[in-house]
Amino acid sequence: MIEFLRMGGDGAYVWSAYGITLAVLVVNIWLVRAKHRAALSRARAIAAQAEVPRRQPKVHRVQ
Amino acid sequence: MRGAFYAVFARDLRVAFRRWSELAYPVIFFAIVVALFPLALSPTAAQLRDIGTGVLWVALLLSSLLALDGLFRGDADDGTLEQLLMSPVAITVTVFAKLAAHALVTLLPLICLVPLSALSFNIPLAALPTLILALVLAAPTLSVLVALGAALTVSLRRGGAIVGLLVLPLTGPLLIFGTRATDLGINGEPTAAPLFLLAALAALALALGPLAIAAAVKVGLE
Amino acid sequence: MKLPRWFHQLGSPPYVYRLIDKLGPWLGGLGCALLAIGAVWGLAIAPPDYQQDEVYRIIFIHPQTAYVGMMAYVVMAVAAAIGYIWRLKIAHAVAVSAAPIGAWFTFCALVTGAIWGRPTWGTYWQWGDPRIMSETLLLFLFLGYLALRGAFDDRDKADKVTAILAVVGVVNVPIIHYSVEWWNSLHQGPTILRGDGPAMTTDMLLPFLTTVLGFTLTFYWLLLRRLQAEIVEREGDARWLRELLPGSAA
Repeated sequence: MIEFLRMGGDGAYVWSAYGITLAVLVVNIWLVRAKHRAALSRARAIAAQAEVPRRQPKVHRVQ
Repeated sequence: MRGAFYAVFARDLRVAFRRWSELAYPVIFFAIVVALFPLALSPTAAQLRDIGTGVLWVALLLSSLLALDGLFRGDADDGTLEQLLMSPVAITVTVFAKLAAHALVTLLPLICLVPLSALSFNIPLAALPTLILALVLAAPTLSVLVALGAALTVSLRRGGAIVGLLVLPLTGPLLIFGTRATDLGINGEPTAAPLFLLAALAALALALGPLAIAAAVKVGLE
Repeated sequence: MKLPRWFHQLGSPPYVYRLIDKLGPWLGGLGCALLAIGAVWGLAIAPPDYQQDEVYRIIFIHPQTAYVGMMAYVVMAVAAAIGYIWRLKIAHAVAVSAAPIGAWFTFCALVTGAIWGRPTWGTYWQWGDPRIMSETLLLFLFLGYLALRGAFDDRDKADKVTAILAVVGVVNVPIIHYSVEWWNSLHQGPTILRGDGPAMTTDMLLPFLTTVLGFTLTFYWLLLRRLQAEIVEREGDARWLRELLPGSAA
């Protein structure tokens, strides 16, 4: 196990590269989530403001 | 069409010379940047020649960015540009005329100054024809890229700060071939390859650039 | 030009939003699973390289992130061009969504490359290596795109202007790449940085391809999720969106 983590003496390089890549992926997922949540809550705020039901405009047909 | 070209060209020259002190900014900026490098590095004569090529070309790129505000901004602010867009003349012709006028008043002085500065960097006299040829071949591409930056930011109040971010990464090939040609010229080696590549870049930029610039100006004024 | 029906359907935000809801979990699940498998395979199972020993294992992530970064730029430019030509808002939304992800992956490729460079080339950063330079310029192109977009208040105008920049950029990417390459081959200096090495054996190639696929799927998953968020931002108070929101009266 220790041998596996040491990677023949280059462990620091290999593991930091993998760690940074993982971190970039996690950050990206988190950023997308945060953006989505912010957008949804903004849309909800807009929807709440426009809560008063909009009537469909009456159409009078001219015979 | 030719008449429209000359009309826009002549008008832009007149406007430029009316504010001639602004034309001096890029030239002075170039001189300052070139002077700062030896101050910062305190090089020997041989080192001076080694860094000279790069310093001159980078200074040229940076100072050409300084001049782009006058290209579309003034005409956009007073409505002239909108009139030009509405006129029946093809917009690429207008763009070409403005580019030519702009290159004449801003790039030409810089190009004249570069060989002079090159001498102060111990670049041999024999390398100057190559340097001048490289500069002349690079000028159309540089002019198109700078104009593209100006066109993309024409509707932004504070576009000046951002233009460098847009334009400078695109100047990479220009810088590479320009400095290669100059270095080969200094060493007395054949310079045809990088010069041809500079010419190819110029052809590509002149063929496609005005289309992109015209589109960007149109969108910017919508 | 007459466009097929699916093209019009893909132009409709509600349709796309729901499509991604169905597609997303599959893409994300498969992508992350392949990445996990590929990482374990590459780190623990694949044999050590006979020249580089263990440190070569970075090859299972570094080229992949670089390739995804470039793919992101092409996706961005193609989407931007479609949006510009056919005035398709959703294509602009795709272009905007691809840019930050591409910038992140390009950044990641540069960092992992620097980490790999230290033990194999003896330096973290080699100014003048063609691949490093074109990747760096690619990152700058992404950042310029994002900066230009950030400078506009009007979204429609930002869409069109950045579309032009993206298309100009995509014309430039190959020019930048080859000019940097020629520059070095013209240069008579030492070219130690030819990392071609011997062709890969199957027991290295399989985990390599696994992570290639894994990163690709993960990229498209991130892209589509970002597109959903972008659609919500753009649609504002559309009726279909209100029906979709939990916790608000439909």
